Amino acid sequence: MIRFVLRRLLSLVPTLLLAVTLVFFLVRLAPGGPFDQERSVPPEVLAALEAKYRLSDPVWVQYKDWLADLLLRGSLGPTFKYPNRTVNEIIALSLPVSIQLGLWAMLFALALGVPLGVVGAMRQNRWPDALATAIALVGLSVPRFVLAPLLIMLFGLTLYWLPVARFDSWRHMVLPVFCAALPMAAHVARLTRAGMLEVVRSDFVRTARAKGLSERSVVLRHALRGGLLPVVSYLGPGFSGLLVGSLVIEKIFDIPGMGRYFVEAFQNRDYNLIAGLSIVYGVLLMGSNALVDIAYAWLDPRVELGR
Amino acid sequence: MNEPTTKPAPAVGASQWSDAWRRLRKNRAALVSAAVLVALAVVSVVQPMLSALPYDRADLALGPTPPSAAHWLGTDLYGRDLLSRLCFGGRVSLAVGLVSTGLSFVIGTSWGGIAGYFGGRVDQLMMRVVDVLYTFPLIIFVILVLAFFAHQDTVFYEAFVAVYGLVNERARDPGYLPLYRLFFVFFALGSVSWLTMARIVRGQVISLREQPFIEAARSIGVGHLGIVFGHLVPNALGPIIVYTALTIPEVMLVEAFLSFLGLGTEEPLSSWGLLVAGGAETLDIYPWLIAFPGLVLSLTLVSFNFLGDGLRDALDPRVRRDS
Repeated sequence: MIRFVLRRLLSLVPTLLLAVTLVFFLVRLAPGGPFDQERSVPPEVLAALEAKYRLSDPVWVQYKDWLADLLLRGSLGPTFKYPNRTVNEIIALSLPVSIQLGLWAMLFALALGVPLGVVGAMRQNRWPDALATAIALVGLSVPRFVLAPLLIMLFGLTLYWLPVARFDSWRHMVLPVFCAALPMAAHVARLTRAGMLEVVRSDFVRTARAKGLSERSVVLRHALRGGLLPVVSYLGPGFSGLLVGSLVIEKIFDIPGMGRYFVEAFQNRDYNLIAGLSIVYGVLLMGSNALVDIAYAWLDPRVELGR
Repeated sequence: MNEPTTKPAPAVGASQWSDAWRRLRKNRAALVSAAVLVALAVVSVVQPMLSALPYDRADLALGPTPPSAAHWLGTDLYGRDLLSRLCFGGRVSLAVGLVSTGLSFVIGTSWGGIAGYFGGRVDQLMMRVVDVLYTFPLIIFVILVLAFFAHQDTVFYEAFVAVYGLVNERARDPGYLPLYRLFFVFFALGSVSWLTMARIVRGQVISLREQPFIEAARSIGVGHLGIVFGHLVPNALGPIIVYTALTIPEVMLVEAFLSFLGLGTEEPLSSWGLLVAGGAETLDIYPWLIAFPGLVLSLTLVSFNFLGDGLRDALDPRVRRDS
């Protein structure tokens, strides 16, 4: 098991390195630079700026320096548009906010999706199933950026129950977490339903019923463990969906997380910040995929560890 | 590949398809969804031809007005007719659905078909690429590509000018830059959404390639590519159709998402994501500006998902509801 975990984590290194390199060159090779927008900057000033940020070196030298900074010092360099801030400082400020949003949303999605899916499977083809399926399909289809303004309109601007911007207390978090979580909850519900339908027909569930266990204990203690396997393998993509979704959620609710800086950095062509944030996103996504694989291997005795 | 003698007997195919059609016809939600989608598509295509109000004609003196007899869905901040803008956005969504999904279909079936047919090393290498790309945050990659390469001084722009120049001499006019950007979005989306398709096609092809009819085709001298695209892929069409139907709403959603963030379709063109983004800024004073685009976008996506589910139940015998 430990060897499997180590190998899975080590396999991330080449992919990450590849991604990091790709991001670096994509950003540098693109036409236009970070100081294009300032109208009529004197050429000396431009040269000084480019020298300060080492943009005048050949691209290979820039890459070597940047990679060395990253690997040896963990430094992602200065930003271009937020004076006197390093990329690391911006990430240190915004990452915890995004993680908080993401984790709450994930918990909420599971808390909503799993029961919905179990109810659907246990009452297959009857009205609770139809209702749960319809709810899931709607949750799947209504985009986060349509749902969020509607809920703001209802709960924030009509009923005045909840604040509509920022991220300071739990009351601020209700709407963003709900909007971020709903599409994922819908996916989870569908996967739970399908997984449970498959498991409840298997022999070990019949055995559990035959030995006289209550329906409740059959479902919760025996069927659920197998029925949730598809959900576990979805958690990786689901988490990446949450991160991508947080781009719009953070914009709509004015939450100072990574997503907002990411979109701004594009408009500013802030090379270092874009590269830094892409790397953090990459690490988060690939790391969560690896964690999910490990969790899967641990949950499902049929998965072979050594290959 | 037009040798009718090598095609499977039509009677067999007909019974499979009529069976699926019978199942689909019983699924009321799927049928209603299909009708809704056809209606939306027809309105989006036809309305701009009939309407006297172009999607980009501003009337600053008029400004934002609620729905009225002259402007059925009202007007936006610049006095532009919302119905016309919504229909233009519908055309954009339709085009994304066709172009991006078409591209993902072509790449996905070729990739999966070739990998599955040749097997062995080729298969391992090709599917390894798919596995690695799966762990890549592809949307972030699309955003990167869009932000940096959807500009004038790139080879992509020259390609656009060359191709679009065939139908429009003034293709290099800066007024067509938003259009170029739109095409760029289509191709970027299409080129990242073929992974699941490749996996599905490969699985199907592997299960089909040892069948007698493939051996028969080979025995009469059909080439490798002829077997993959003339015999294997057509026989895997059921799952391919199901997955294509599910890819369409996915790419539409991503286009709307990018436009919402200001990274996809740009003014003065219109797209549903762009309209929602504009409406979200004034939702407390001009609620119709977000209500209609949000409704149409959601309705479209719901319909596609219902239809896709219905097609899966009808075409994919493994996951039939009452097994």
